[in-house]
Amino acid sequence: MKLAGFLLLLSGWVIVLAAIALLPAGFARGAFLMAGVCVEALGLGLVVRAHMPEPPGRQEQR
Amino acid sequence: MGPPALSPFSAGICGLLMLLIPFSYAGLALMNSGLGRSRSAVHSLMASLTVIGVATLVFVICGSALQGFPGRAAFAIAVSGKPWNWIGSGRLFFGGLDFDSGSRPALAACFGMFAAALTAVIPLGAGEERWRLGAAAASTAVLAGWIYPLFAHWIWGGGWLAELGFVDAGGAGAIQVVGGLSALSVSWLLGPRRGKFSADGMPIALPGHNAVFVTFGAFLALVGWFGVNSSGAILFYGAAPARTALIAVNTLLSAASALLAAALVTRTRFGKPDASLSVNGWTAGLAASSAGAAFQVPAEALIVGLVAGALVTLSIEWLELHLKIDDPGGSISVHAVGGLWGLIAASFLGRFPGAAESQWTAQLVGIATLVGFMFPMIYGLNWILNRITPFRVALDGERQGMDLHELGANAYPELISHLEDFSQR
Repeated sequence: MKLAGFLLLLSGWVIVLAAIALLPAGFARGAFLMAGVCVEALGLGLVVRAHMPEPPGRQEQR
Repeated sequence: MGPPALSPFSAGICGLLMLLIPFSYAGLALMNSGLGRSRSAVHSLMASLTVIGVATLVFVICGSALQGFPGRAAFAIAVSGKPWNWIGSGRLFFGGLDFDSGSRPALAACFGMFAAALTAVIPLGAGEERWRLGAAAASTAVLAGWIYPLFAHWIWGGGWLAELGFVDAGGAGAIQVVGGLSALSVSWLLGPRRGKFSADGMPIALPGHNAVFVTFGAFLALVGWFGVNSSGAILFYGAAPARTALIAVNTLLSAASALLAAALVTRTRFGKPDASLSVNGWTAGLAASSAGAAFQVPAEALIVGLVAGALVTLSIEWLELHLKIDDPGGSISVHAVGGLWGLIAASFLGRFPGAAESQWTAQLVGIATLVGFMFPMIYGLNWILNRITPFRVALDGERQGMDLHELGANAYPELISHLEDFSQR
C-alpha cells in the first residue's frame, strides 16, 4: 500500500506537469491541474494509512 | 541573461541581513532541545551543531553548483518546444563566484549555504530522543547536497518553477516545507518513542524538559527570520533594501497573530493557553510569512499568521491522536503545514513583481511538486539511508538517554535519571 501511495503521488505530479507543458491556459488546464492534485491527495492518503499502526483489536485477531 | 548586479549598498545590506539567519538555527535548536526530555538535551543541541556543519560543508562542496543562479550554467530539457531548466551545473567549492563586487550569484551561494543549514535543523525536532547522530549527519548530507539545491534551483536558480511565476521569497517551500517533509519521513522511519503510545494506541504526554529554552528559542527565531525573509526578497525578487522595514513588520505581525491564535485556540479548548503549542504557533507564523512577507500589506500578513496559528495547533493534535505520529518538536506541523499555508496564501494575498498571469496556477504547481515529487524523493532517499545506517538508536540508548548513550555525559549530571517515566512495551 505504501508503494502504491508513493506511485500515486508521482502520477499526480506527472499529470500536473503534463497539464502545464501540453495545454494552453484555460479551463482544460485548470481541470487537469485539479485532477493531478486529487490523485496526489489519494496517494498521500494511502501513504498515511500504510504508516498507521494496526488497531489493537486487529492485532489480537491474528 | 541573469538579473542585474546589486548596487554596493544593496549588496552590503543583503550580506548583513544574511548574518542574522544563524539566529534561526539557535532558536530552532533551543526549541527542539527544550521540547525533548532532559536525558537527551545536550544530544539535541549537539545534533543541531553537527547537521549545521555537515550541511554547510556539503552545500559548499556541491550543493551550490546544483542550485545555480539565473543566467549561469544549467541543464535544460525541451518538452513540446519549451526549455525546462531543471538543475544547475556550476563549479564545485563555490568556484567561479566573484565575492568582491557584490554579484548576485555569489550572494545567492552564501544565502543557499545558510538556508541549507536551516533546512537541515528542522527534521531534528521530529527525530528527537531516538535519531542517531551519525544517521542524522548522513541524512543531512543528502538533504544539503541534493534535495535542497534541486528545489532551490527550480525556484531561485532560474528553474522551471521560477519561469512559471512561482513565488517564494523567503523559502516557505524550499526551506520550511522541504525541511518539514524530511521531518515527516524521518518520524515515520524512526517510529514513535518508546512509551509514547499506550497499548490501545492512545498518545501519552511526554512533556519537554525546559519551557524556558522553548520560549527563548522563539525570540531568537524571529531575528533569524528577519534575515531569511529580507535577504531572500532582495536577492531573488529584486526588492529594494528600504523594503526591509515592511518585511520585518509583516514577519513579526504574522508570528504575533499566529501566537495569539494558537493561545486562543488552546485557551478555548483546554481552559488555559498552552505554552509549547503557542510557541509552535509563533514559529508556524514565521514559516508561513516566508512566502510573501515582502509583497503583502500588514493586514494580509496578519491574516496569514492567524490562520497559521490556528492550523498548527489542530494539526499537531491530529497527527498525534489520529495518525499516531510522534513529533516531539512539532516540526511537521510547524514547518510543512505552516509553509504550505504560506505558499497557498501567496496565491491570493499580495502583489508580486512580474507575477504570473494566474498566480494560483503557479503556486498550485509548486505545492503539487513539493508533495508529489519532493516528498517521495525525500522519503525514498531516507529509506535507503535507513537501510544502510539504521536511523534509530538501540533500545538501551533510549532507556539511558541519548546524552549518555551517544555522547557519554549527561546535560544535567546532578539530576537522577527518572527511569520510571520510561514504560516498556
